[in-house]
Amino acid sequence: MDFTVGILLTTFLTSVLALFVFIASMAKGLFGSGGAAAVQIFDDGEMGTVEDPAATRAQRGSLQRAMDPGQHAARTSVDVAIRQRADQSSSLVVGVCLTLSVLWLVLASLAGLISSIKLHSPDWWVGMEWLTFGRIRPIHLNLVAYGWCSMAGIGVALWLIPRLLKTELVGARWALLGGALWTVGVVAGTVAIATGHSDGLEWLEYPWQADIPMVVGGALVGFPMWLTLLRRKVDHLYVSVWYIAAALLWFPILFLIANWPDLHFGVQQATMNWWFGHNVLGLWFTPLALAASYYFIPKVLGKPIHSYNLSLLGFWSLAFFYSQVGGHHLIGGPVPSWLITISIVQSMMMVVPVVAVAINQHLTVLGNFRALLYSPTLRFIVLGGMMYTAASVQGSLQALRSVNTVTHFTHYTVAHAHLGLYGFFTMVMFGAIYFIMPRVMKWEWPYPWMISAHFWLVVAGFGIYFVGLSFGGWYQGLAMLDKDIPFMDSVRLTLPYLQARSVGGALMTMGHLVFAVHFFMMGWKFGPRRLGAALLRPPVLLPGVGRGVGA
Amino acid sequence: MSAGVGRFEMDELRLVVGAMVILSGATALLVVLPYMLLKDEPPPPGLKPYTAQQLKGRQVYIANGCVYCHSQQPRDIAQAPDAQRGWGRAPVAGDYAYDTPHLLGTMRTGPDLLNIGARQPSRDWHLGHLYQPRAYTPGSTMPPYPFLFDVRQGAAQAGETVVTLPPAWSRPGQVVVARPEALALVDYLIALDRTYPALPPMPPLTKATP
Repeated sequence: MDFTVGILLTTFLTSVLALFVFIASMAKGLFGSGGAAAVQIFDDGEMGTVEDPAATRAQRGSLQRAMDPGQHAARTSVDVAIRQRADQSSSLVVGVCLTLSVLWLVLASLAGLISSIKLHSPDWWVGMEWLTFGRIRPIHLNLVAYGWCSMAGIGVALWLIPRLLKTELVGARWALLGGALWTVGVVAGTVAIATGHSDGLEWLEYPWQADIPMVVGGALVGFPMWLTLLRRKVDHLYVSVWYIAAALLWFPILFLIANWPDLHFGVQQATMNWWFGHNVLGLWFTPLALAASYYFIPKVLGKPIHSYNLSLLGFWSLAFFYSQVGGHHLIGGPVPSWLITISIVQSMMMVVPVVAVAINQHLTVLGNFRALLYSPTLRFIVLGGMMYTAASVQGSLQALRSVNTVTHFTHYTVAHAHLGLYGFFTMVMFGAIYFIMPRVMKWEWPYPWMISAHFWLVVAGFGIYFVGLSFGGWYQGLAMLDKDIPFMDSVRLTLPYLQARSVGGALMTMGHLVFAVHFFMMGWKFGPRRLGAALLRPPVLLPGVGRGVGA
Repeated sequence: MSAGVGRFEMDELRLVVGAMVILSGATALLVVLPYMLLKDEPPPPGLKPYTAQQLKGRQVYIANGCVYCHSQQPRDIAQAPDAQRGWGRAPVAGDYAYDTPHLLGTMRTGPDLLNIGARQPSRDWHLGHLYQPRAYTPGSTMPPYPFLFDVRQGAAQAGETVVTLPPAWSRPGQVVVARPEALALVDYLIALDRTYPALPPMPPLTKATP
């Protein structure tokens, strides 16, 4: 049998078999818990009670009235104390990770803005080697991916784990050490790119010397999660735990295989490059952000997600399909055609997990859109969820040969990448940080208007960015496909769109500066109001329960 | 805690095993299989290994991120008019036998470079173009690389390579000298030439036996 036919047939049979195994386990109730796991995030009597520490007192009142104006049974003091201790146990490591992430965000934004301006003004700031486009652009990408996104994702994950398992985080110092090593890796890698020691592969520019602390650090940040899982006090693992645990397992392995020196070669290295390039999105960033949105949307609203079983279907199908889509980056390239075909098929199959997430998140919010007016957290996360659906559907379509022929090699792809990592991931992280930090700092956000300013700056900026670059990239692709149009015309026609992107990028950067300033003002406890323990009602500690509260 | 300890272990076990099986499958498909298939792929007879100087130039290409704007993979004529732009035939895996790290690229802010050496073999053009792209291609958005050159008043010394710029861009009394990195990079660019046939010549046809 022809090799190509053989491999395609094998893949097809494996996929069908996996589907049947999956359906069978659903039918047998192996995912069982259903509704029970969905309400796991609430204490007894807590459902119907909204929670958004980023909201002002007035906003919180409006939010509660919009969602569920009735009377609720109060949570027991034991539950309140357990939640408080869970939050306490992670507050130091989470605070450190999120602070680092905000610093990286600001630096990454500046690097991105410089890159963007250089694309339409090539003679600007050309004297210094480290500022040349070919260096500052990968610096931007790596600072975003491994600085901002990873650090924020780790911080949010570590904060969610003790809450979701209703116990204290065990071994937080391992995660602190891991975060420190990770930071060493990011600094070393950035310096390496700036001084011309890049590995030369997109997403894998950091040389292996900088990768070692990141692999070790990445494994270490997962360590407290496993220790905490061993001591969990909940019957079922909430879907967010599935996403977080898998992501923390996947990343070190992905990063280790991809960066192993002198292993990969030529075209094989190219397939490996995009196996990694897409898996770092699909198996690292996406699960972390989905974990956050699966927690915060129902938690803010005070009602469980629409369908818990659907969320697990989403988890497994995401893992299965997303891990094989990388080849669509090489359509038309010198790689085996079966590989590309499999990746295109799995890219289309990504519709399954995306619809699962979309139904769950959007139907949970549906009918409660007024809540977005009052909850800063929800505003960012629900917008992020919408961008996830948009980015995923766009990504599936972009994998089709006919569409890819136009968009490949153009700025359209760059716009798409930002829809995913910015529109979705970054927005969700903003929302999560607004929720988490008041609990970590025991201090309210000092100036609610700065949250609004942040939101509208990044939304307006990103709107301009995305629309401008998508149109510019599409026209660029069409021009490149017309043999009668000189190549230089495809360069020239993108200029106004690239300038629009710089305007959008500048607004986004301003938004990030507002966010960072606000973040550090909170860190130094600026502002008029103090929230105390940031709980809706003061906790009553029972004897023996209050032990170890101080962090 | 108390009820259903087995359940806890089931959840974690399912998670770890499932996650690892799925990742292994994807890795086998996208990393290991291509590895086994391409490991022994012989380079085409027309492809020469890079010289030490060309490899040095390749490092300059990597260090300055040329890959972020230039692909090295012309598409087949059935998909895109790359060949009609003079970028060359669709490449095969063997064309990259000496290319580690790979530099296939994902972006064409600038043209494909897999055959730039065949298309533009002039060393002077490349040096001048790296010093100031807009002196040769009006409207180009490629950055200039002044740090690959020395600009001095007076004359060049013996053994130095002087960059000859178009009259509109050269200044009287000023001389632009290429640094070793620039010379190496140009050597690499000129070596980018995969215009040989992709497949070895067909063996003579023999009459099929019925």
